[in-house]
This record gives sequence, structure tokens and C-alpha cells, in this order.
Amino acid sequence: MNTYTYYPGCSMSATGKAYAESLETVAKVLDIRLAELDDWNCCGATAYFSVRETLSHAISARNLALAEAQGPGRDVVAACSACYLGLNKTNKYLKEFPELRKRVDSALDAGGLKYDGSLEVRHILEVVVKDVGLEKVAALTTRKLEGLKVASYAGCQMVRPYGFDDSECPVLLDNLVRAVGATPVPFAMAARCCGGSQMMTNEDAALRMTKNILLCAQDAGADVIITTCPLCQMNLDAFQAKVNHAFGTSFNIPILFFTQLLGLAFQVKPLGIERGVAKPGPALARFIS
Amino acid sequence: MKNPVIGVYVCHCGSNIGSVVNVPEVVEFAKGLPNVAVAREHKYMCSDPGQDVIKKDIKELGLNRVVVASCSPLMHEHTFRKACESAGLNPYYFQMANIREQVSWVTTDKVRATEKAKVVLVGAVNRVVEHDPLFVKSVPVTPATLVIGGGVAGIEAALQVAASHTQVHLVEKEPSLGGHMARFDKTFPTLDCAACILTPKMVQANTNPFIKVHAYSEVIEVSGYVGNFTVKIRHKASYVNNDKCTGCGVCITKCPERGIPAEFESGLGNRPVYVAPDAPQHGKKPKDTFGKRPAIYTPFAQAVPNKPVIDRDNCRYYTTGKCRVCEKMCEPGAIDFDQKDWIEEIQVGNIIVATGMKTFDPTPMKNLGYGRIPDVYTGLEFERICHSSGPTEGQILTWKKESPKAIAIVHCVGSRDDKHHRHCSRVCCMYSLKYAHLIKEKLHNCEVYEFYIDMRCFGKGYEEFYSRLLQEDVRFVRGRVAEVSDWGIYPEEKGRLVVRVEDTLAAQVRRIPVDMVILSTALEPAENADHLKHTLHMSCSSDLFYLERHPKLAPVSTATDGIYIAGACQGPKDIPDSVAQAGAAAAQAIGMIKRGVVEIEPTTAHIEESMCTGCQICIPLCPYTAIRRNEEKRIAYIEGALCKGCGTCVGACPSGAAQQWGFDDRQIYREIEGVLAAK
Ligand SMILES: Cc1cc2nc3c(=O)[nH]c(=O)nc-3n(C[C@H](O)[C@H](O)[C@H](O)COP(=O)(O)OP(=O)(O)OC[C@H]3O[C@@H](n4cnc5c(N)ncnc54)[C@H](O)[C@@H]3O)c2cc1C
Repeated sequence: MNTYTYYPGCSMSATGKAYAESLETVAKVLDIRLAELDDWNCCGATAYFSVRETLSHAISARNLALAEAQGPGRDVVAACSACYLGLNKTNKYLKEFPELRKRVDSALDAGGLKYDGSLEVRHILEVVVKDVGLEKVAALTTRKLEGLKVASYAGCQMVRPYGFDDSECPVLLDNLVRAVGATPVPFAMAARCCGGSQMMTNEDAALRMTKNILLCAQDAGADVIITTCPLCQMNLDAFQAKVNHAFGTSFNIPILFFTQLLGLAFQVKPLGIERGVAKPGPALARFIS
Repeated sequence: MKNPVIGVYVCHCGSNIGSVVNVPEVVEFAKGLPNVAVAREHKYMCSDPGQDVIKKDIKELGLNRVVVASCSPLMHEHTFRKACESAGLNPYYFQMANIREQVSWVTTDKVRATEKAKVVLVGAVNRVVEHDPLFVKSVPVTPATLVIGGGVAGIEAALQVAASHTQVHLVEKEPSLGGHMARFDKTFPTLDCAACILTPKMVQANTNPFIKVHAYSEVIEVSGYVGNFTVKIRHKASYVNNDKCTGCGVCITKCPERGIPAEFESGLGNRPVYVAPDAPQHGKKPKDTFGKRPAIYTPFAQAVPNKPVIDRDNCRYYTTGKCRVCEKMCEPGAIDFDQKDWIEEIQVGNIIVATGMKTFDPTPMKNLGYGRIPDVYTGLEFERICHSSGPTEGQILTWKKESPKAIAIVHCVGSRDDKHHRHCSRVCCMYSLKYAHLIKEKLHNCEVYEFYIDMRCFGKGYEEFYSRLLQEDVRFVRGRVAEVSDWGIYPEEKGRLVVRVEDTLAAQVRRIPVDMVILSTALEPAENADHLKHTLHMSCSSDLFYLERHPKLAPVSTATDGIYIAGACQGPKDIPDSVAQAGAAAAQAIGMIKRGVVEIEPTTAHIEESMCTGCQICIPLCPYTAIRRNEEKRIAYIEGALCKGCGTCVGACPSGAAQQWGFDDRQIYREIEGVLAAK
């Protein structure tokens, strides 16, 4: 069994609860151990880096320092794309920019911490696809999701700029969809931004971005959109009604975390599917029992 | 040794040196150095009056050593050596001190510059005392020229050299001459038909008694030196006996294999055929021959030489052991399945490299959709779509064989892009304009968009061509395309392609629906350019094109004497420039052949036999394979004419047996001592 240091991040206990539940359930089946980082703090999210650079890297480095002490040599795994990007960015910047490194080191030092830069930061999707492997996922599938049309939405932060998948035409989620017997649909918006936290600050712009993603999935005939990030999931799901109101559309597309889709194929519970706002249509409902 | 009598000359080089180095002070300083009989300054030492000063002093003051403190020896060492020689002094009694590139150009500190100039000068004065007279050797030139690459540049160079009635070998790796130009329909800016101006030249080259065309061949080894190269050419087996083949083409029409993507049609043959959703599912699938060729083929109808070749990897006989249809059909009995590659050795005096370029593969730029969206084409593919003998017979049709209502032309794909090539590919703006014109000519109502960063219309008649296109209702959008998507949001975009771009003149992000996209891809060095670079000991610039000896003053020479470059192998270039360079390279080759001899620099390495232990360390290190082993004496020896005087063996020899004329220990130590003592 592979063990990883697991960094959940703030959303996993709030808007991403379903992600947390399904990940825990599915990890058991996949035989991976996610050892939660003790005493972790917020990753700084996307916005903070452009506001207070040193400080944002320092709080991110605090998590890495703790991880190095608690699980030396273990990869740090995040499930949220923003957390993945933030931690990864700090990890890379500390190696690349000695000036920043000096400042961050002294901040850590003040808290009695130290980070050697020995860790790799990874997204849970990468762990599932590359460490566990598609063959194992296919073998663990007890109910093939035959006939289910899936739009794989990778979003922007997971694939840019440190992507382990193509940043314009990501393919890993599609491969996973195939492994559990479902059908990926052509999805031109797979790596476009959902609007992110703009939904709070510039709602008009964010709603338009979300609308285009939903529209693209609908045009492709998708029964469900799968995501890898709590923020993407929230924008697409919780704001779907608002999109409909603003644009006169009538979307009703369920938005699942990819771990929930795996759970359906493995026929395990709990997966938190009932937490979704947009309710499953008949094509998806067949597999929820 | 006669007592040294040294003349020192310090150059102002206009203000290049004089504005930083205090030249009079350096001259005064030089006068006090040992053995210096005279020290003078001059505004331009390299000018005739400057040289005359040296000549006069040699004669009147009996100088037997000369030092000039000026620019890099690369610039004027030759000039000053000639001046010494014409005054009766052995030219190797001359030494140059570089106080421009190494002093005045690298600092603004006048005081320290002047001090450094003195230091460098002392080194030179010290060194020149130890110089020995050396003598330039002349060797006869083999009166023949090898031209590598049969594109427009190579053909032109071959014809020009042959016009002087000396032998030319023209080696082309493809089955036919022609290069890229053979694929074009029209050429900018005059829009003359490419075939009409190129085919006659191809035929002339093939029928000229002084030109031997080696098609479907490659240069695999070059040895020797300027004036006397030995070249090995590999003739690839074509499985057709060219002496018997009449070029009737029956084999080509009868070959049962017809589905091989044709190299000549660029990537057009790689697309799957479009099947309409309502097409009947059953029945025989129609044969897909779009952009395809048979296994025995000539690249295009006017191929020169007009002899087919068999593509062994795709020939049914070689893959399945059965077929031989071409053999049965060939009346003269020219098919020869037993043919093997064969190697020919030729002697030439000089070599012109004209291997051209290839175009950038835009597949990695996923945002532009090439390879994923069938209606995204490269420029070279579009040339074939426009061409009357291309797969659509010159009709501009989309993948679904429909007439496009709007076409986007995307500039700078892979050029001027830090992620791919930093260079400007120079011809793309112009061929993009050519496409806009050809589209408008064929489809009057089709909207044409040019997405550009800057319009670079630099050549004669080019700006005028651009102005003309501005009148032809073409839409120019200044902005780099962000994305080509096959999914539309708005009703007018459905089922079409959408170009997303920031229009930097209108300051807005635009979505423009089109039916076809042409990517004007960058030019990059030819496929095997790097390999040939090693075979010929050439160098490349940072863009990986072959490096000329001097960008302005020796644009077709290379660092290796007797090897010239012409056309797009030296950098992105249009046809007029390629042809001009080919002529320049030919003139150099003819000049050398007419002279009949070449002079070999005497500053080469040699082995002191008594000191050589025969360890052979030097042999593999020599980049010019000039060092051999004398089996009898069990020591190394250096073939003087092959040696370029790089000094690698001298540095590596553990016993000090490898030495170089003009660079021996005595001379180098005296120079170092001079520099260190002067402080
Ligand atoms: C899409 C496109 C459109 C263009 N349109 C125009 C236009 O309208 N007008 C214009 O002036 N210019 C145009 N150009 C530029 C033009 O193609 C070049 O200027 C011209 O082809 C350069 O000629 P060349 O002989 O140097 O190289 P090439 O045409 O590339 O020919 C090189 C030849 O050398 C051969 N070769 C390569 N390596 C070897 C080797 N190792 N051994 C033996 N043979 C070898 C190749 O097979 C080829 O035949 C266009 C370019 C492109 C890409």
C-alpha cells in the first residue's frame, strides 16, 4: 500500500464535503493510504499570491515543512486544484528564486520550522491514474458505467502551469472515464476556467464562464460533468440555477467529483451524491442505487 | 637570429578605439619598449595610407618585425600580413594586438582601458621577437564542385557553376529535384506560376553535360580539405534500373497499393476521409486516395529525373512476399527487386550546401487544433490545396468538400515565440498574403482574415503587394490567436470553427467563426541538418541554421574553407534571396577552380617525432581527422593540409610532441610574460 501525506485544504470540510467523503471511500478500494497532515493551515488559495507574495509563500511553506517532518520522503497530495497549484508553486519557487527562499526560510525559522525542499506535490488524480493505474481501476470496477456520457472537466489550475496533463487538451480524466466503462464526450471547454473565486467578486463574468462550460457539455450530450476541484464543482453546480436565470437557459446537469464516479463503478458508499444541487437525470440515476 | 627591429602601430579606428584608449599615450609607452625602433599612430591603420606607413618603415628603417594594435585578427590580420609581404618581410613576422574588441569596446573607463591596451601591446611586442618565418603552401584544386540539396538554391548554384564548364555533382535526397518550390502553385509577390519558372531549370540541370544529378542519394562521408575533398555518396536503392526505365509511368498506374500518404502533399494524406452521418453504413467503402500515392511513385508529374522509386516499407511485395505487378507491367524490364544501396566516391574541390529547410509541426500547439480539427491546415498543405495538380485540383474545399465561407490565416505559428522558435521566419507574412489573394481570386465572396503580429513585407515589391491586398477586402486583425475551437457558443458559430483572438487595435477579445484555418508555420532547419553539420564540420547559429563566416561580409562562406552555404539552410529566406545566394556561392566556387590552386595556412600542427610516445591520445580528438598513425615508426603524424590549426592536439599531447607553427611554447610564454610583467 502506498502512503501519501494528504493535504485536504479548507473546502474539503465545507463545499467539498462530498469530495472528501467519496475520496475516503474510494481510497480504501484503491488501496492507497492518505495520512492527513497534522495541524495544516490554509494554502492561501489563488488570490493571496498576488496580494502578499512572501507571506503567501510562507504559509504555503509551513504546510510543506510540517509534511517533511511528519512524512519524510512522502509525496504531498492535494485533492483541490487550487491547493495543488498553491503548494506546488511555493515548492517550485523556493527552488528557483533564492531571494524568496531566504525570506521564507526566516519566516519558517521564526516558527521553529524548516523546509529542505525534498518533497513533491501532486494532485490526487495523478496518483490514481499514474500510481494506481488505469488497469487496476478497470479491474476494480464491479459495475461498468455503460452508456453514461461524461464530460471530463479538468479546469484550469490543475493543468496550468505545472500540469501533469496537456494544458490545452487534457486526456487523463477521459482515460479514467473509459476505464470504468463510461463514454467521454468531446469537450472543448475541458481546460477552460470556471470563473473561480470571481463568482464572489465579479459575478457577471464568472456566470458567463460557467454558462459556456455547461453549454458545451449540453451540446456534447453529456449526462454528467466530472470535476477534480471543489471550487469548480461549486460554481458549476450551486450556481447552475443562477446561470439559468441570467441567461434564460434550462440546464440540469449533475456535477460529480471524479471520485464519486469511481465510487459508482466500484459500487461503494458513502459517496455524498445526494449533496449535489443539480439532480441526476435517468442516465446517471440508473447507477445510483 | 638577427637583432629584432620592431615597428609598433597603434590604430584609432576612427573613434572606436581613440575615444576610449589614449592612443598617443600608448604610442609614447611603446617607444620605450625593448627592440622597438619606431612607434606611430594612425586614424585608420587598415587604410591604404596606414598600410603605406608600415611598408615605408620596413624599407627605410629596416624593420624586421611589425606589431599593429587595432581590431581583432579576424578582421585585418590578413591585410597587415599582406602589407609586410609586399615590403619584402615574411608575413609571419607580424603580430596583432587586439585593443578594440578586447579593450575599447568592453569598457568606458578610459584610464583602465589605456592601461590594458599597453599590457596587450607588451605581450605582442614580446611575442613577435620569437616569431619564425613561415611559408604558405599552395595545393592544386580538383576542378569539380559538389552541390548538396536540389531545391531552387541548389539547382541555381549547379547551373551557375556548370556555366563555367566545370564539373558539378548535384546530390538530392528525394527522388526528384525541386525542393519546396515544386509544391507551390504561385509565388509571391509577382504571382508567377512556380512550375513555369522552376521546371525549365530542373530540366536544364538534368540535361547539362557538366552536371551529374545524383537523385535519391545522400552524402555520407567527406574527407580531405579545401580544393581536395573526397566525398562518399550513398545511392539509395530505388529497385528501378534507371538505364532501362523509360519513365512511361505504367508501373505507377498499375500499383495496387494506393493508400500511402504522399510526402509531396505535405500532411493532406494523413486526414481520415469525411463520412457524412447519413451515408449508408454497409456496402464497399470508397477507396481513399486523397493526398495518397502508390508504393512505386515519382513525387509529382514533372519530376526530374523522371524515374520512379519503390517505397520498400509500403510495397506489397516486400511486406507480404506477393505482388510484383509493376515488374509484370514494365515492358523494358526495369524493375529490379534485388537492387541494393550502393556507394560512389567522388573527388571535388569545393562544396556548396543548399539543403534548405522544413516547416514547423504545429501539433504541439494544441490550442490551434492542428491534427485534431481536420479543417486546420498548414501553409504547405494549403499550397497543395491551391495547386491545380494537388488533390483537390486547385479547388479550395473544406474537409467535408464544401466551399468555405470564411478562412482564417494565422501568422507566426512557431515563430517569434519563446516556446518554439525565437526567430522570424520571414516568408510567412508574404505567403499568407499570397493565400489571401488566391482565395479571393477563386472564391470572391469568401471572407479572409489575416491574424498578424506585425506585417513584415521587406522585399522588393512586397509592401506594394500588401497595399494591394488591403484593397482586396481582406480583413487584417492585429493579434496573436489564442485558440481555434470546434465548438461554437452562438448560433452563427455552430458547426464551424471559432477563432478567439485579442484584437489589439480594437482593444477587445473577438470570436470569429470561420470554416477553414491556415497556420503559417515557422521555417526550421532541414530534417538531417545536424547530421550533415557533423559530416562537413560546419557550425550553426542559435536558431540551428548553418552559420556563415560573417553575417555581412562573408554570408555564403563557412568557417571551413571550400564549403559554402546558399538558400534557406542558412536561415529563413524567400526564393529571390535563395537564388541570389546560390549565385554568390557559385561565384566563389568558380573563382577557386579558375585559380587552380589554394593556399594552405602554415600555422598548422606537426609532431616532433623524437618526442612522440605513440600514445594516440591525439588521434580521436582531432575534429578534422588530420592525425594518422605511422605504423612503422609507431608514432602519430599530421596531414598538414587537413589540419586547421585548432590546437586541440597540442593541448592534449602529454609529452609535448604535438606542436603548432606560430603557436609554440616559446612564443606563448613570451607573450604571457609580457602581459604579466607590464601589469
Ligand atoms: C508554405 C510556403 C510558401 C512559400 N511561398 C513562397 C513564395 O511564394 N515565394 C517565395 O519567394 N518564397 C516562398 N517560400 C520560401 C521558399 O520555399 C524558399 O525560399 C525556398 O524553398 C528555398 O530554397 P532552398 O533550395 O534553399 O530550400 P528547399 O526548397 O528546402 O530545398 C532544399 C532541397 O535539399 C534537399 N535536401 C535536404 N537535405 C538534404 C541532404 N542532406 N542531402 C541531399 N539533399 C537534401 C531537400 O530534399 C530539398 O529538395 C515559401 C515557403 C513556404 C514554407
